[in-house]
Amino acid sequence: MHAAVITFPGSNCDRDLHEAFRKAGFRVSAVWHKDTALPEPVDVVGLPGGFSYGDYLRCGAIAAHSPVVRAVKDFAGRGGHVLGICNGFQVLTEAGLLPGALMRNAGLRFVCRPAEPLIVENGETAFTRGWGAGARIALPIAHHDGNYQADTATLDRLEGEGRVALRYETDAANGSARRIAGVLSQNGRVLGMMPHPERAVDAATGSEQGAAVFAGLAGAFAAA
Amino acid sequence: MKATVTVMLKDGVLDPQGEAVRSALGTLGFAGVEGVRQGKVIELDLAATDRAAAEAEVRRMCEELLANTVIESYRVELS
Repeated sequence: MHAAVITFPGSNCDRDLHEAFRKAGFRVSAVWHKDTALPEPVDVVGLPGGFSYGDYLRCGAIAAHSPVVRAVKDFAGRGGHVLGICNGFQVLTEAGLLPGALMRNAGLRFVCRPAEPLIVENGETAFTRGWGAGARIALPIAHHDGNYQADTATLDRLEGEGRVALRYETDAANGSARRIAGVLSQNGRVLGMMPHPERAVDAATGSEQGAAVFAGLAGAFAAA
Repeated sequence: MKATVTVMLKDGVLDPQGEAVRSALGTLGFAGVEGVRQGKVIELDLAATDRAAAEAEVRRMCEELLANTVIESYRVELS
């Protein structure tokens, strides 16, 4: 099992993500934003949180056009698994791998909470199987631009196709349309989420509830 | 040639920053500001001399990078 974690200038959760994959049994390769190819073969690519390129222009916009993201798009196009967390979610929307956009939080404030209550809507993916549909969990959130927006037709389509992976329990976090916290691609293999599972994989730092994401991925690839 | 690109949130997309500015203006005593929309202006210096080609090129730049057309609209002016 092999995971690749991308580092952009300004990424700051890349080491945590590396560690979360490693704890789940993955061999992990660190990949730099200027690399033009992913290490092969690779099972899952992680786009970490942070402030890639200083959030210049729009969060994730510059990263979405970096050389390595072209390779990530090809990988996703071939059916590869991609996990984008926080800034990684913003990069995935800007790159067109997921629909919608992440705007400034409705309250205009950076929200930083150690355990935001979430509802797992789709428990059928490698990312979410460890939790199961309907599970109530809590994960850290820390972002300024997590207000998920898309037009009504897109939101209806996402709901209808089971592509809302996670929802906030309350409206309080950031003003996201329909309280959406995580979105899946059509094939269920690309997940973007604002909450930080990689910050909740060790009891020493408060919670192990995020470990299910990495264990679920490990289970999917170990079985393959 | 110089191109000025104005990027604004689309009508109907809530603009919390514009709303905060509107509220601050009210606090300062500027009555009658019924709405504020905040956007960004990007100025480009272009080597191009053909106006039509330049405009087409800048529009492509807007579609690919300068604007996120999911939530933003853009306007291009050449001078």
